[in-house]
Amino acid sequence: MVAELGHFALIVAMVVAAVQATVPLVGAARGADELIAVARPAALIQFLMAGVAFFALMYCFVQSDFSVLTVFQSSHSLKPLLYKVTGVWGNHEGSLLLWILILTGFGAAVAAFGTNLPPTLAARVLAVQAMIGVGFLAFILFTSNPFERVFPVPLEGRGLNPLLQDPGLAIHPPFLYLGYVGFSLAFSFAVAALIEGRVDPAWARWVRPWTLAAWCFLTTGITLGSWWAYYELGWGGFWFWDPVENASFMPWLAGTALLHSAIVVERRDTLKAWTILLAILTFSLSLLGTFIVRSGVLTSVHAFATDPARGLFILGFLVVVIGGSLALFAVRAPALKAGGLFAPISREGALVLNNLLLATACATVLLGTLYPLFLDALTGEKVSVGPPFFNATFGPLMVPLLVAMVVGPLLPWKRGDLRGALERLRFTFLVAASAGVTVYAMATDTSLAAIGGIILATWIILGGLRPLYERVFRGGVAGSAERLRALPRSAIGMAFAHCGIGVIVMGLTVLLTWQVERDQVMRVGDAMNVSGYTIVLRGVQSAAGPNYVAQRANFDVHRTRSEGLGPVLMTLHPEKRSYVDSPQVTTEAAIEPTVMGDLYVVVGDADGTGGYAVRGYFKPFVHWLWFGAALMVAGGVVSLTDRRHRVGAPSARKSRDPGALAGAHPSAAE
Amino acid sequence: MRPALAVPLVVFVVVAIALAVGLGLKPREIPSALIGKPVPTFALEPVQDFGPGLSSENLKGQVAIVNVFASWCVPCRVEHGLWAEVAKLGIPIYGLNYKDTPKNASAWLAQLGNPYSRTGADLGGRVGIDWGVYGVPETFVVDEHGMIQLKFIGPVDRAALDNQILPKVRELQSKAARAAG
Amino acid sequence: MMAAARGALAALMFLVLATAALAQGLEATLPDPALEARARELHKVLRCLVCQNQSIHESNAELARDLRNVVRERIAAGDTDAQVMTYVVARYGDWVLLRPPLNAGTLVLWLGPPLILATALLGTGVYFVRSRRAIPDMKPLTSEEQARVAALLGEERQG
Repeated sequence: MVAELGHFALIVAMVVAAVQATVPLVGAARGADELIAVARPAALIQFLMAGVAFFALMYCFVQSDFSVLTVFQSSHSLKPLLYKVTGVWGNHEGSLLLWILILTGFGAAVAAFGTNLPPTLAARVLAVQAMIGVGFLAFILFTSNPFERVFPVPLEGRGLNPLLQDPGLAIHPPFLYLGYVGFSLAFSFAVAALIEGRVDPAWARWVRPWTLAAWCFLTTGITLGSWWAYYELGWGGFWFWDPVENASFMPWLAGTALLHSAIVVERRDTLKAWTILLAILTFSLSLLGTFIVRSGVLTSVHAFATDPARGLFILGFLVVVIGGSLALFAVRAPALKAGGLFAPISREGALVLNNLLLATACATVLLGTLYPLFLDALTGEKVSVGPPFFNATFGPLMVPLLVAMVVGPLLPWKRGDLRGALERLRFTFLVAASAGVTVYAMATDTSLAAIGGIILATWIILGGLRPLYERVFRGGVAGSAERLRALPRSAIGMAFAHCGIGVIVMGLTVLLTWQVERDQVMRVGDAMNVSGYTIVLRGVQSAAGPNYVAQRANFDVHRTRSEGLGPVLMTLHPEKRSYVDSPQVTTEAAIEPTVMGDLYVVVGDADGTGGYAVRGYFKPFVHWLWFGAALMVAGGVVSLTDRRHRVGAPSARKSRDPGALAGAHPSAAE
Repeated sequence: MRPALAVPLVVFVVVAIALAVGLGLKPREIPSALIGKPVPTFALEPVQDFGPGLSSENLKGQVAIVNVFASWCVPCRVEHGLWAEVAKLGIPIYGLNYKDTPKNASAWLAQLGNPYSRTGADLGGRVGIDWGVYGVPETFVVDEHGMIQLKFIGPVDRAALDNQILPKVRELQSKAARAAG
Repeated sequence: MMAAARGALAALMFLVLATAALAQGLEATLPDPALEARARELHKVLRCLVCQNQSIHESNAELARDLRNVVRERIAAGDTDAQVMTYVVARYGDWVLLRPPLNAGTLVLWLGPPLILATALLGTGVYFVRSRRAIPDMKPLTSEEQARVAALLGEERQG
C-alpha cells in the first residue's frame, strides 16, 4: 500500500513538474501573470510529492518490507535501525529518490523565499528547475522505480554492503547531493538569465547565496567522504583520485571558481558571460558525476551496481540539459553587455587569475578522469590514470593559486598596485619564511617540498587574516574595537575559508612528509615501534556484533623507552569483521587521536600459526585536514549570514545599491 | 554569434560521443600483455590423481587451449561442461589449477569430470602471475610454437566458445598445417 | 666482500622464506627496512587488478598481496626499481602502472594540462588587450575618488 502511494506521488510530481516546466515560460514570454503564478504552487506541490515518495520508501525500509525489490536487494532485517534508514540512499533507486527530493526542495525554497525576485525571472528559474525535475523523475519512473514489487515475497533481504554500514558514510551522500543539486539553482538562474538576455549585479546577488550554500554542503560532503575513507578503508588514505571522488571534486572546483567570479559580477557588473558559463558548467559537472557513478563507464571503488540502460538514459538527459544550455549560451551570450573595465593587476584581475587556475585544474581533472575512456573508445587500449598523474599536473597548478590568494584580497578594485600589496605582506612573508627555516633546522627527513609547503601554509593562514587586520587597525588602535564589531560577515567568512585552505596545506605537508608506517607479522607478546610509541599485541578474541562477527585484537600502547615497557598509556582494539549477510570483510582501524596526530593500527590476516599481519601508522597533523575543511565550511556559513548575501537576497527596498535592483528591475520594486 | 562562444558546446559534443561509445566498453577487462609472446617457462606437478603434470615444453608442437580454473571459483563450474566438448573435438586442453588445495582440486575434478589431458597445480599462484592471471576463470589459446594468441577473461559460454575461441584455434591450426605442408 | 656475501645470503634466505610465505598466503616483509621501503614505494604505484582503483599497497585482495611479495622478491634478488616495474608490466601490461607512461597513446593526456593552461592564459590575455583598447586611458583612482568610494562602501555596509 505504502509503496504504491509512493509510486503514485512520483507520478503526480512528474506531471506537476511538466506543467511547471512549460506554463510559466509561456507566461513570462507573454507577460501573462496568471500563467506566471502557476510556478510557485507547482514547485511546492512537486516538493511535497517527492517528500511523500521519499518517506514512503523509508517506511518500507524501516518495516523491512521485502516485497519491495529495492528493500530486498539492499536491506536485512537484522540491520540496526540507523542503517535501515540510511539504507534508503545506499542503493541506486533510493539515492536517486533522495536526489529528486533535494532538487525539488531547492525549487520549493526559491518559490517560498525568493519572493523579492522579479516575477518573470522567478518564473523562468522555476521552469528551468522543473525541466531538470522532469528528466530525473522520468529517469526514476522509467528505469529505476524504487517501489517495484517482487513476488513471491522473500523472507530475508540481501543486506547492505558492509562498507556502507558506517555513520560517516551513511550521512555523507545527503550532503554531497545537497551540494551537487544545490548547483542546479545556479544553473537555472543562468539559463533564465540567458533567456531574459540580461545579467546584472542583482542577478549575482540572488545567485551567490544559493551557490555558497551548495558549496558549503558539497565541501562538507567531500570532507565526510574523505574522512570515511581514512578510517574505514583501513590504510589511512583520504584521497585517491578515484573517478567517483573526481566526480564530486570537479563541481567543487568549478563551483569555487563560480563563487569568486560572481563577486566580480556583483561588484563590478562585468565577467558576465564567463560567470554564466561557469554556472552552467558547475551543474553540468554534477550531472556528469551522476553519469560516471551510475553508468559503469569507469571503474571505481565506490560505483553503484551499474546498468547500461540507465547509462544511456542519463547520457540522453546530459545531451539535452548540457547541450541545450551550452547552445543557448553560444547564441545568447553576446547579448550580455560587458560592464566595468579593469586592469590585470586589480582585485578583479586576481579573481580572474583564481578562475583561470581553478578552471584549468578542473579541466585537468576532467581529462585525467575520462582519458581511459577516451583511449579505450578510440583505440581499444587500456590505460590507468592514477594519483601520480594528478599529483604531477594538479599540484603545480595549485601553487600559484595558493600564493596569489593572499595577495588578491589586498588589491583594490579596477587598478591596483602590486608592489604596495606585497609590501603590506612583508611581515607575513618574513614569518612564513622563518617558519620554513625553523622547521628545516629542527626536523629530520625534510625535503624542499616540505619546507615549501610549510612556508606556503603559514603564508596563507597569516595572509588570510591580513584583510581583517587592515580593516580593524587601518585607522590606528583607536576605534579598532568598534571596527572589529562592524566587520562585514562576508570579510570574516572569506578569512575563515582562506585560512582553512592554509590549514589543509599545513596538514598535507606534515602528513606526507613525516608519516610513519610499519608492517609486521605479530604474535601475542610481540612489540612494534611506531613514532615514539611501542605497541604490544596482547591477544585476539572473537566478538559478535548485531550482524557481524569480528576478530578483535587487543594492543597495549606504551611510550617507547630504551629499556622496559613502562606504563600502559592506552589500549587499542582494531577489528576485522565478517558480516552474516555479505561475503565482504571489513577492517576497523583503531585510531587514537593525539595532539600531534593519529596513532592508527590495523589488524590483517592471521597466518594460521598464531601470527597476525599488523600495520601501524603514525599520521601527524591529519586532523588539520578535517579542521581546515571545517573552517572553510564555517567561513561559507558566516558569509551566508552577511546581510548582503542572506538567503533570499536583499529586498529592493532595503538595498542602497543605486539602480541595480530598483532600476534594472522596476517590477521588483512594486 | 562569436565562434569562441561555441567552444564549450563543441567540447561537450566530443565528450558526449566518447561517453556514448564508452557505454559499450568493458573497463574491467584488462587485455593481456602476453599476446604474441611465448608462454612463460614453468613446470608444475599435476593435480593429485589427474596427471600428467604441465610444463611450458608441453605447449609446443600443437595448437592448445589452457584453462585456468580453481575449485573455489563458482563461474568455473558454469563453463566446465564446455571443456569436455572441446576435448571431444580433439583439441588439446590443459588445466592450470590456480591457488587451490590439492584435496579440493582433485575432489572437484572427480565430481565434475576431467576434460584436461594435462593438469598443473599452481599452489602458490606464481605461475598464474607469470601468465598475467588476475581472475579465474581465464582461458588462453596457444599456437604450435608455444606463443599465446588469445586470452579470454571470465567464464566461457557457448557464444564465446563458438565465436572467439574455436575460430581462433582453427585459424591457428590451418596456419600450422600450411606451414608444415 | 664479506658484506656482499652476507647480503647475498640474506637475500637467499629471504627468497626461501618468501616462497614459503607465498604458498601460505602471507605478507613476506623484507628484513632490511631500506629494501622494504623501496618495495613499498613501488607497491604504491602499481594498480591492483582485481579491486579497481587501488594500488596493491592499499588493497586487501589476495592477488595484491601476492604481487606485493613478488615485488619484494625481485628487490631482494637485486633488481633495480625499473627492472621490477618491467617485470610486472611484462606480465600485466601498462594497465598496472598508476602513472601512465608517456607514449603515443598518452601523449594527449600528458600534453593536455599544459595546453589547457596555455589556452586559458591566451584567452585571458586577449580579454585584457581588448578591454584596454576599449578604454585607452585607464588612470588609477585619485585619492579624492578613493575617499568617495570608501564613503559609499561604508554607507552601504551600514545601510
